[in-house]
Amino acid sequence: MRYAMAVDTKKCVGCSDCVVACQTENHVPIGYCRDWVVEVTDGTYPQLEIELRSERCNHCNNSPCVRCCPTGASHYSEGGIVLVTPNECIGCGACIASCPYDARYPHPDGYVDKCTFCIHRIKKGLKPACVAVCPTRCMYFGDLDDPKSEVSEVLKRRKHKTLIPEAGTSPQLYFLI
Amino acid sequence: MKEELIISGRMNDPIDPVLHIWSWEIPLYLFFGGLAAGILFFAALYVIQGKENQFPTAVRKAPILTPVLLIAGLLALFIDLHHKAYFWQLYTNIKLQSPMSWGAWTLMVVTPLSLIWAALSLKEFIPNWDWKLPWLIAFEAWCRKQLLSIAWLTLLFASILGIYTGILFSAFNARPLWNTSILGPLFLTSGLSTGAATIMLMSKDPAERKTFARIDLLLIAIELFLIVHMFMGFMASTQVQIDAARLFLGGEYTAPFWVFVVGMGLVVPAFLEVLELRKKHIPVVVPALLVLFGGIMMRFIIAYAGQASRWLY
Repeated sequence: MRYAMAVDTKKCVGCSDCVVACQTENHVPIGYCRDWVVEVTDGTYPQLEIELRSERCNHCNNSPCVRCCPTGASHYSEGGIVLVTPNECIGCGACIASCPYDARYPHPDGYVDKCTFCIHRIKKGLKPACVAVCPTRCMYFGDLDDPKSEVSEVLKRRKHKTLIPEAGTSPQLYFLI
Repeated sequence: MKEELIISGRMNDPIDPVLHIWSWEIPLYLFFGGLAAGILFFAALYVIQGKENQFPTAVRKAPILTPVLLIAGLLALFIDLHHKAYFWQLYTNIKLQSPMSWGAWTLMVVTPLSLIWAALSLKEFIPNWDWKLPWLIAFEAWCRKQLLSIAWLTLLFASILGIYTGILFSAFNARPLWNTSILGPLFLTSGLSTGAATIMLMSKDPAERKTFARIDLLLIAIELFLIVHMFMGFMASTQVQIDAARLFLGGEYTAPFWVFVVGMGLVVPAFLEVLELRKKHIPVVVPALLVLFGGIMMRFIIAYAGQASRWLY
């Protein structure tokens, strides 16, 4: 099993509903976020292109955060989801410094926090909060090892990219372009 | 003009707008750790070579500083932790791929070793020192008998400590400025150099001071070579590393790095040490303090500038 997410940059309108849904679902402390929207404007005026991306932890196959964690608090869970166990985390910040996507932050309670792909919802057969709430339905979630899953189907059909694959992390958050 | 404008809705403290997860604690610890490693390295080296009488300060006096430095460094590390109550997790896990884990375990070995060295040098400072407890007296006698084995162990672990302070940074691919294997040898050399400078400061023996001025001169030359090499490597690498090098080549860290680290911390003390070796009278305290100042500035600047360097996507 290999959980992954695909975000359609052509459908996303940048409304940030995914951000608010995540903050509510996961009790993210005020002032922080586990997912966020990035707007990239590219080109020469007046020929400008905008790409909107709902970003979060890439749940990399080769995660530098898991590698550099001195206690094993950062670990791979089922389906390759990268998680932090708060009671094992000492808050040294090594994983935060190691993430090329800057997807982690220190929770005010001391441990390091990040996107969990809403593993608690997946276990109940639900979709991650951000995916479930998206008004344009621009996000797809599922098991890459299952060729019939939503995410496998859409990645077969559409052209896509990952963010800085050259960082060598093998990210599992795909952007449809 | 072709432009790319990136707007992110993320504003997590202390990640955005510029990463600042590590503040003064980490560079200060790296300085203390490197300095302690340097002092212990020379003490162990001269015991192994049987030159205790030739270098009395290096072997019998300077090591008294090392447990103080290491414990102050450990304290800084502890202050840096955000989830302090769980610090013991470091010592219930061994993670071979994590430099932090290596560092925690190395300190677990080096700190007791430094205490032994300090205990053995105590009588140099307080001649009438009495351990009072018989088992402590027996332990001291045993340590003195086993000094050669202790020295070999110290040499090994002081080197690991010195190199690891650089590897801690270089293991982070996410921060292009740190992601160079030169940092390991560079921090080791700088640690040895600050160690030599401290021995110079403490020594009253002109011959010993002269030898350490020579050693320091060689170490400074190696450091300059490694720094030039580091920039050559960056400039021949990918765009993110070229951008990282530019922080020091016209960017915001240019003046502090070249003035405080390279100028005041390396070139000026090297020049003064050459003058002294040529029999000009230079008070030893000047080059020695400059070397220590350069060592601490290098760690602060690399720690801060590294967090400012990043991948852009």
